[in-house]
Amino acid sequence: MTALDLTDAVRRPFTGRRVRFGDVSLQVVAGAAAAATTVLVGLITWKVIDGARPAISRYGLHFIWRIAWNPVVGREVYGAGSFLFGTAITSFFALLLAAPLAMGIALFLSELAPRGFRAPVTALVETLAAVPSVVIGLWGILVLGPALRTHIEGWLHSIFGFIPLFGDPSPAGASIFTAVIVLTIMILPIVSSISRELFLGVPHELKEGALALGTTRWEMVRGVVFPYARGGIAAALILGLGRAMGEAIAVTQVIGGGVFIHANLFGGGDTLASKIAASYQGSTTNLSTASLVYLGLILLVFSLLANVTAQWIVRRVARKHGITRGGHA
Amino acid sequence: MSAQGLTGPRLRLDHLARRRRVNRLMEGLAWVAAAIAIAILGIVVYSVARKGSSELNLNLLTKDPIPFSLTNAPQGLANAFAGSLVIVGLATAMALPVGILVAVYLNEFAPASIRNGVSLVLDILNGVPAIVIGIFVFGLFVVGHGQNGFDGAFALACLMLPLVARATMEVLALVPNSLREAGLGLGIPQWRTTLSIVLPQTIGGIVTGTVLAVARVAGETAPLLFTSSLVGTQTSWNPHHALQSIPVAIFELSESPDPKDHARAWAAALVLLLFILVASLGGRWLATRSRAKMASR
Amino acid sequence: MSTTIEPTVRVETTRRQPMPPRERLETIFHVDGLDAIYSGKTAVKGVTMEIYKNLVTAIIGPSGCGKSTYIRCFNRMNDLIPGFTQTGTIHYHGQDICGSNIDAVAVRRNIGMVFQRPNPFPKSIHDNVAWGLKVLGMKDNLDERVERALTRAALWDEVKDRLKASALSLSGGQQQRLCIARAIAVEPDVVLMDEPASALDPIATQAIEQLMHDLKSEYTFVIVTHNMQQAARVADMTAFFSISQGEEGRRWGELIEYDATEKIFTAPADKKTEDYVTGRFG
Repeated sequence: MTALDLTDAVRRPFTGRRVRFGDVSLQVVAGAAAAATTVLVGLITWKVIDGARPAISRYGLHFIWRIAWNPVVGREVYGAGSFLFGTAITSFFALLLAAPLAMGIALFLSELAPRGFRAPVTALVETLAAVPSVVIGLWGILVLGPALRTHIEGWLHSIFGFIPLFGDPSPAGASIFTAVIVLTIMILPIVSSISRELFLGVPHELKEGALALGTTRWEMVRGVVFPYARGGIAAALILGLGRAMGEAIAVTQVIGGGVFIHANLFGGGDTLASKIAASYQGSTTNLSTASLVYLGLILLVFSLLANVTAQWIVRRVARKHGITRGGHA
Repeated sequence: MSAQGLTGPRLRLDHLARRRRVNRLMEGLAWVAAAIAIAILGIVVYSVARKGSSELNLNLLTKDPIPFSLTNAPQGLANAFAGSLVIVGLATAMALPVGILVAVYLNEFAPASIRNGVSLVLDILNGVPAIVIGIFVFGLFVVGHGQNGFDGAFALACLMLPLVARATMEVLALVPNSLREAGLGLGIPQWRTTLSIVLPQTIGGIVTGTVLAVARVAGETAPLLFTSSLVGTQTSWNPHHALQSIPVAIFELSESPDPKDHARAWAAALVLLLFILVASLGGRWLATRSRAKMASR
Repeated sequence: MSTTIEPTVRVETTRRQPMPPRERLETIFHVDGLDAIYSGKTAVKGVTMEIYKNLVTAIIGPSGCGKSTYIRCFNRMNDLIPGFTQTGTIHYHGQDICGSNIDAVAVRRNIGMVFQRPNPFPKSIHDNVAWGLKVLGMKDNLDERVERALTRAALWDEVKDRLKASALSLSGGQQQRLCIARAIAVEPDVVLMDEPASALDPIATQAIEQLMHDLKSEYTFVIVTHNMQQAARVADMTAFFSISQGEEGRRWGELIEYDATEKIFTAPADKKTEDYVTGRFG
């Protein structure tokens, strides 16, 4: 019930009373702000489509899967294929690594940690989210990359080198592998904090009912907490995926660049976002700029899809739990 | 806890030892996961602190950079600090009033359908990747006119808007309706009630939301790459042309092959990190404090 | 001195089997000097009593006297509450289950509990009963076990055609019977019931009371109830708790009298008990 309803109740006895100028002004100005926000989102979509138009009209939808990117004048050809692949690979593996870690952290913070630990550790995990991507990227290039190169990539390559996945490590440590680790670090806080709230929201009676049967804490979590929180966890994962897909700066700092699709995790590559960040400043022709914006358009579509899907899941889960809670006779 | 099972007739101890082992294993893994998260944070903060402290001196804040310098003349990132201050300040000035107004509209005036619709719009805006915002502002303002600080501020404001609006909406919803009724009952018009009675109750929450939004955008690089990155080395406070900013400076220095540049990047990162940590933790502390105050009313 | 009093409660002797003579009763719990304390505030003090096997023992008393806290000591459920400690002992089959070296999981395996408000899992009716069986390793003849548990909980006929339906689609009384089925399916030794019928209508309540009566030859029941009539109908032994006051306004629950139900309701030894059962107080 908004304040509007209240004022109606107050106004009605005074029929014929003139509407106050102040009230109308406030409503108009505030409403304009809300309208402007909506217009802004529409404007963003339109501007991105508009900026990509030269590339769209030149390449159409084929752009999406063409694996090529050559800005050399006279031999220009552009395509999103390898960057789509890069985005898919890095985001997928980052989610694969982050999901169990995030679940573990969320379980720790909601069930296992001694009471005194919970608040500080929660704050620490959220602090990880506050570290700006450029700082993580800086650390990634100068510390993580070389460390991974020396200790892990070289070792894995020498043992498993026959598998194309573990090919030649790039010299400076800038690789898809490093990018995956960086992305994992970046999406860990958001997935774990949403999951933590979900676990805390599981009704106490359900947990007690399971434990009273003589099950261990882990059995209770597996049988009651996870199923109850299932929808929300899916939404959290999708949000994490969206975040990973959209990360441009940290990824471009550590991923090493590269246009062709290959299986070597230790080689370089690019994602949609990182390619845009890396190449826009050096973009000389209309077509190359438009192609970069086209990449941005594809990225925007996927991000919006991820966000809207997550929201939809959240709404559906809230409704389901709301209804089932009311079934008493 | 070490345990003995119970003994006695009819007592069931089915596979208890194995189940206890599995339980302990899973609990152990959860502890490990939490430890990993803390360790990562610790490693990153330690790296930044250790490598940044060597170049952390007053020069960083007062001297401009001298690119390709072959001498040891003192240089710093004064232009970046000045530029960040101006750009983030302008962004806050742009986002704050609009965010508050949107929240006021949604919470005080809007029928449910519009409230849900605009809330969805805010969530969508929040989900647009920062680099796409950069492309957007580039196409909207920069093309044909060149970069400037206002464009950068506008891009950051787009990122701040959903955060400020949502924080304000949350505190507005906490203000009890009885307060609004009291104002209206006294004959005070709605606009006056909202501005002088309701809104002041929410100042704490608005400040918190703004501080957290500032912490969020102070480190944003991508939008500024498109809108305010082609800069000279002189410190400027004039947003009519492009201004250097700390995140962009760090980004550029990190890609340089010169280790002296790296050192300055670490130092700038240290300052940035400290600022953001203080702002984030401070904002969160403010939030818990004002929530407690609201609850006790 | 025990002059017979006019109880407000008629103790029904028709429906029940008479209790076996004292000498043939087997002790299953020996409680000695039990104190239950929440964050420094004593909730229950100095309880000493014996609970006997294959009987229904009721715990009655005014609200706030710590009945729920007391019963939760028996299956270590209070461990889940931060700041809770207890002193004293509860001996079960010769071991003190309050000890810190005792595994609460093993205790709960053998001492089950039904809660005040039905708390079925958000799973199907069948899975609610089957989940515990699977986890605890009683997977053989799963469907038979489920059917047997539901039958004994007097629920089978009502749900046999919709075992896959969500448990949350059942009425409150049915949900509570499902929770009882879930608890007895894993074949515990003792079933604790914390006001199991307080959220239910009289018909559902009656079904649950009948259930306890039918099953007590196999299980031992300890039931907390604020309803004296229910205790009189269903219990063999009754323990009356009341609130004692000390200095500085501190209050705690204490065991006042514990005896055969008949005696408690017709010729109580303590004046406080008499006041309570005649409705003069509490």
